[in-house]
Amino acid sequence: MRDSRYWLAEQRGTLLALGIFIVMFVIYTSNHPAGFTANVVQTAANKGVLLAFVAMAQTLVVITAGIDLSVGMIFLLTNCLASWLVVGMPTQTALGVVAVLAVGLVCGAINGAIVIYGRLQPIVATIATGAVYYGIGLLLRPFPGGSVNEDLADALTGRVFGVVPASLVVLLAIVLVIWVPFSRSVLGRAAYAAGSSETAAYMSGVPIRRGKFAAYTLAGLLASIGGLFLTFFTYTGEAAYASGNSYTLFSIAAVVLGGVSLFGGKGSAIGAIFGALAFRTIGDLLFVFDFDPLWQPLFQGVILLVAVSLGAFALFRVRNRLEWFL
Amino acid sequence: MDGAAALFRMEGISKRYGGVRALEKAELSVEAGSIHAILGENGAGKSTLIKVMSGVVAPDEGRMMLDGREVTFASPGAANKAGIVCIFQELSLIPELSVADNIVISDPPKRFGMIDRKAQRRIAEDALARAGAADIHPLALVKDLPLSRRQMVEIAKALARKPRILILDEATSALTAADVSKIFGVLKRLRSEGLALLYISHRMNEIAELADQCTVFRNGRNVASYKAGSKSDNEVVELMIGREYSHIFPPKTAAAPANAPPRLEARKLSWADRLHDISLTVRAGEVVGLGGLDGQGQRELLLAFFGVLRGLSGEVLIDGKPAAISSPAAAREDGIGMALIPEDRKTEGLMLPMTVRENLSFAALDRLSKGGIIDRVAEQRLIDDMVGLLAIKTAGLDIPVGALSGGNQQKVVIAKWLMRQPRIILLNDPTRGIDVGTKQEIYQLMRKLADAGAAILFYSTDYDELIGCCDRVLVLYDGAVKRELVGAEITERALISSALNIHGEESPVGLGASV
Repeated sequence: MRDSRYWLAEQRGTLLALGIFIVMFVIYTSNHPAGFTANVVQTAANKGVLLAFVAMAQTLVVITAGIDLSVGMIFLLTNCLASWLVVGMPTQTALGVVAVLAVGLVCGAINGAIVIYGRLQPIVATIATGAVYYGIGLLLRPFPGGSVNEDLADALTGRVFGVVPASLVVLLAIVLVIWVPFSRSVLGRAAYAAGSSETAAYMSGVPIRRGKFAAYTLAGLLASIGGLFLTFFTYTGEAAYASGNSYTLFSIAAVVLGGVSLFGGKGSAIGAIFGALAFRTIGDLLFVFDFDPLWQPLFQGVILLVAVSLGAFALFRVRNRLEWFL
Repeated sequence: MDGAAALFRMEGISKRYGGVRALEKAELSVEAGSIHAILGENGAGKSTLIKVMSGVVAPDEGRMMLDGREVTFASPGAANKAGIVCIFQELSLIPELSVADNIVISDPPKRFGMIDRKAQRRIAEDALARAGAADIHPLALVKDLPLSRRQMVEIAKALARKPRILILDEATSALTAADVSKIFGVLKRLRSEGLALLYISHRMNEIAELADQCTVFRNGRNVASYKAGSKSDNEVVELMIGREYSHIFPPKTAAAPANAPPRLEARKLSWADRLHDISLTVRAGEVVGLGGLDGQGQRELLLAFFGVLRGLSGEVLIDGKPAAISSPAAAREDGIGMALIPEDRKTEGLMLPMTVRENLSFAALDRLSKGGIIDRVAEQRLIDDMVGLLAIKTAGLDIPVGALSGGNQQKVVIAKWLMRQPRIILLNDPTRGIDVGTKQEIYQLMRKLADAGAAILFYSTDYDELIGCCDRVLVLYDGAVKRELVGAEITERALISSALNIHGEESPVGLGASV
């Protein structure tokens, strides 16, 4: 009985994000001209899943009390790379997928190495590496183009049994294969511990560096899964700078909406996924209500502002004002 | 004592921090199945000793023997593996994780490569029960627990590591009386199970109840080891006295007349569980010291006066009139005129990359500017005055303040506040880590400012400073004023015994407008 109370407290952020998402999605579908159909859900899922992968990536780093401003650019770079490699016969396609994921992993590992062993601040390090990743993407795809194995693309962006969006199934699989083991491993706990109190973690003999490194590396991998899906979704590769930047910023918004603390140590990638889906749905609400799309950035900005303000409430309880600055 | 039977020995351990020697050829011998108490005043070397033992710092020289074999520890983790576990004064718990997560943090049970939560839960429940804290739920987040419960979790965490030597550094300071008696039961049981316990505490009654063996440290050396109960409290204090001092202090001036209302007064000031009913007065021209062992609420008291703490109860009066000080900016306003020289100049006193000039004028900018524009001529004049008054040695006013020596940095912090001509000056251990010469200049400056009419409240961890500089000293213990020492009463013996709360019955606490 008491156990469930603690479970609820721990999952509060995730459940809140789930709640926001459900409410928004109900408003969205009930006002959508086509209504709650498999088609509407599939399109929403495909758009939402892109941000969900990037938000998961961001979550891993934010848990360590860092921030990764390069996730959007890894997403773009792997999109450009996939539009070259994920083509042809099944074997070639499979090798291409592996290569794209490997590149994502390496990008994340580079971020981790610079932040942890180079002792640079995450924000500075990832702005710089993000620019590098974007630059490589631009060289790969100076102009939008390329192609992708369309059979694979259609399978993964289509529907399973005619109703369930395949992209959601993949998302679930990734959660089970990457997030669940990570969050329950010693490295995952080290990442949380480092984010919550690095000194206490050090004094307790926690493998802080390996935990943080794993978080950054897996973040690169998750961003590259997002990049693959972008390719499946669009059939092309494009180094669109603005798009990369907005994915980075939206991933932070999704993480905050999903109950992940930007101070580190708290939250889950599942919350961030619901945060991402909710954020996407809120953005699309404008369309079903026939607002001018020009309003969308302003609207999303306001949502973001509200979301980040939520995190500041704890500061009202502080009794020693010096703690404001810690 | 037969050294051959010792479970753990330290031989000739020395450790220096910069020019300061924290340990000087220290020896210690710990036996299995006994509780060994370590005593000593601030800076006697106790903390460094246990840091060396538990792998937090490496000694400069000397060796450690466990089971008769020489050992070295590269990290706290290595010491844990060898069976030496320390419960630190600053808690080592991770606030956002659950109690169970924290208890197994160093070595979580694993199944298929992942943490086995069921086993983790079992270990945590077992450890909590062993610590006598079965009322704590293993799934509760540490940050939601009150301090006393956290301390119990800390003890459970230590027990879960199956230590052979358990070090408790002021581990009971945050506990309630009920918890303390539970913990004592636990510690006695552990002793009977054959553990060696090292107990650092300033509570003499606890040591009397628990310890089998005592070792007194002074000036980084072990000066005496004796069987618990074989020496009186007075003899123990005698052993702790005798730090080597070499400071010269300015003469104290005659006490100011008591007819005017005190410049600064506190009535029954309380905050959270750190300050309890503190009442004190500081008159113009007076230097009042805050004594006691480190961490008894002295720092919080100064922060409370300076408007940093929220949720204070009680009253603060300035010149006899109640004052509500809600921020440091309010504290420095003309009617109050308060200044705080902080303890950590690097984070709370200076902006290290900025220039000496900028740092000096920060606190006085409002006085030096008209309509938001700084009057550079007036600024320069005031800065020149201050650099001259405090004899700040700097290659120029436009170099980063971080390039100055520690002593000169501290002078900049002081000068910064003097530029406002404060009427009340709060000093939080201002001479820590600076050279002897600068210390003496600061003592002289304090007296000069008091003579010019400032009211000074001075916290120091160095008893010699309190004796040499203060007209009165209030000794704090557990967030409350335990004793007031006036004039010739301020002796090292009185300071130490009241800091240890030994002569609690002897002197009533000075309240209100006491002399």
